[in-house]
Amino acid sequence: MASVTYENVTKKFGETVAVNDLNIKIEDKEFLVLVGPSGCGKTTALRLLAGLEEITAGQIMIDDRIVNDIAPKDRDIAMVFQSYALYPHLSVFENMAFGLRLRRFAKDEINRRVNDAAEMLGIQDLLDRKPRQLSGGQRQRVAVGRAIVREPKVFLFDEPLSNLDAKLRVQMRAELTKHHQRLQTTFVYVTHDQTEAMTMASRIAVITKGELQQLDTPQVLYDLPNNLFVAGFIGSPSMNFFPAKLKKDAGKVYVDTGDFAIPIPDSRTDTFAPHVDKNVVFGIRPENIHDSAFTPPSVTAEKVAAKVDITELMGNEINIFFVSGKNTFIGRVDPRSKMSVGDQVQIVFNMDNFHVFDAETEQAIR
Amino acid sequence: MTTTTSSLKIRFRPRLKWKYLLYIPLVFLAIFYLLPMYVMLATGFKGFEEVSLQTMWNLPSGIRFDNFAEALDKLSPYLLNSLNMVIPAAVISSFVGSINGYVLSKWKFPGADIIFPLLLFGMFIPYQSILIPLVEFMKTIHMYGGLSGLVLVHVIYGIPITTLTFRNYYAAIPTGLVEAARIDGANLLKTYWYIILPISIPAFVVVLIWQFTSAWNDFLFAVVLTGSQNWPITVALNNMAGSQIIAWNVQMAGSFITALPTLFIYIVLGQYFLRGLMAGSLKG
Repeated sequence: MASVTYENVTKKFGETVAVNDLNIKIEDKEFLVLVGPSGCGKTTALRLLAGLEEITAGQIMIDDRIVNDIAPKDRDIAMVFQSYALYPHLSVFENMAFGLRLRRFAKDEINRRVNDAAEMLGIQDLLDRKPRQLSGGQRQRVAVGRAIVREPKVFLFDEPLSNLDAKLRVQMRAELTKHHQRLQTTFVYVTHDQTEAMTMASRIAVITKGELQQLDTPQVLYDLPNNLFVAGFIGSPSMNFFPAKLKKDAGKVYVDTGDFAIPIPDSRTDTFAPHVDKNVVFGIRPENIHDSAFTPPSVTAEKVAAKVDITELMGNEINIFFVSGKNTFIGRVDPRSKMSVGDQVQIVFNMDNFHVFDAETEQAIR
Repeated sequence: MTTTTSSLKIRFRPRLKWKYLLYIPLVFLAIFYLLPMYVMLATGFKGFEEVSLQTMWNLPSGIRFDNFAEALDKLSPYLLNSLNMVIPAAVISSFVGSINGYVLSKWKFPGADIIFPLLLFGMFIPYQSILIPLVEFMKTIHMYGGLSGLVLVHVIYGIPITTLTFRNYYAAIPTGLVEAARIDGANLLKTYWYIILPISIPAFVVVLIWQFTSAWNDFLFAVVLTGSQNWPITVALNNMAGSQIIAWNVQMAGSFITALPTLFIYIVLGQYFLRGLMAGSLKG
């Protein structure tokens, strides 16, 4: 059980800054996900915590202990690698027992821990097999097992699910969440997949270009993204963005995209009034765009004219790509919707849920 | 591997004729290459009176083994010398190469990129050019004339090629394996011993065959560095020929005996040799 603290952590490879002045406080028993596009520095941040890379500046603490100069094996951590990194010549049992044997655990204790972990992971029958005789999902479980038997203070995961097929990934996601609840230990998990982050994390740290963008619970990241990057990265399909200008007319503030203008609800006029005439980016999530025939009754509906470009039936909803002037955007509309490709339609933006970002600083205005 | 072969097959199938045409020069070259071997064996089975330049290509009149017995009798102490020299030389230089390759590929230290080319440079030194300083040096460290000195020289001259082979082999092994071992609690040596060494067997086979063969076949270092008591078999073979008359039949039988161990090693370990050469595709 442990907390982890990144304090002004910077990592440079030569001139390249991989991680820039990172500050994160990970609470005890938390499931923290570091998420970002590939090459954003999230894996480097994890490897710094593991001790596989040296910190250029700043410090990392596990509980109150600064671990900058402590060897990986003495940090009381265990790590699951993207490639699983199972020892190919050792059986599943020996793969899991390796770390314990090196630490000179008693035989009984090794047996107990490996068997407990195997049972928890449902791989009791595979203990005598070699890694090459296992499927991807089984290898993944063994890699997790190798971490579990160590009973570390902190578990580190480096994109552990990215080598699995989509169906298995969903299943393993649920299993990892379950293990986290059962083990009551701090998890630090790196992924580029925002769905993984949203489904598993207690908190998410969104990173890009080596810098932390926002650190909060999945719900807050989704509802109140701090900046344009977070807004676009979290959520699938991603948020629609419209370059626009804030205009004021007869006491009302409008978002003017050039193709259409939408009034901002009166309750929020005060927020946006100081920014009138500023270049902004207007953002609205696909689920807040409705077919006017199926708009929920209580929403602040604003009509927008658009042309239907592509429709994708998902079963429980339809993803529709609209074109309005120079803007294309996507709406997740009611499956009963009759809109078809080429139609000129009136659609509804739900203005109870929208986002406005400063076009220059890319920060949210709210 | 498998995919390559099968795709090659598919590509060749419509042009089957060409495949057989290709065999003609190959068979011809193979025969050409084996001709000296034929002469060696044929002469080895001949009686002394049968041996002459005119009858060189003829088959022997019968199968007789007395030449081999005589040659073996003369060569056996030197055969033992060779084994005593070659086995430690091959094993030690393979191990050193393995550890070098491991460190140079998986635990890169500052300056590793300078050390490696310097090591490789050793492969390109013509041995003749360093013979005199080598002899002087071996005398200074009191290892001149004996087998252990020859072992040392073969180990040192083997290091570049063994290091290169192992470094390339280990470069293909995922670094994650070493990192996982580090986090599991293994240091540099334990990682080598428990993780890297057990998966190095294909590379060891390649390097051992290579080192065994080159040390066994070496003549130059052996003739310069060992006294007559410690001659390896190659030197002894050369000196078996008398000063007046050369018994070519015995000489050829001796040549065959000399060549036998390397042949044997290659035939026994050859399948691993090929597998090891293609070890880049090794999967966990």
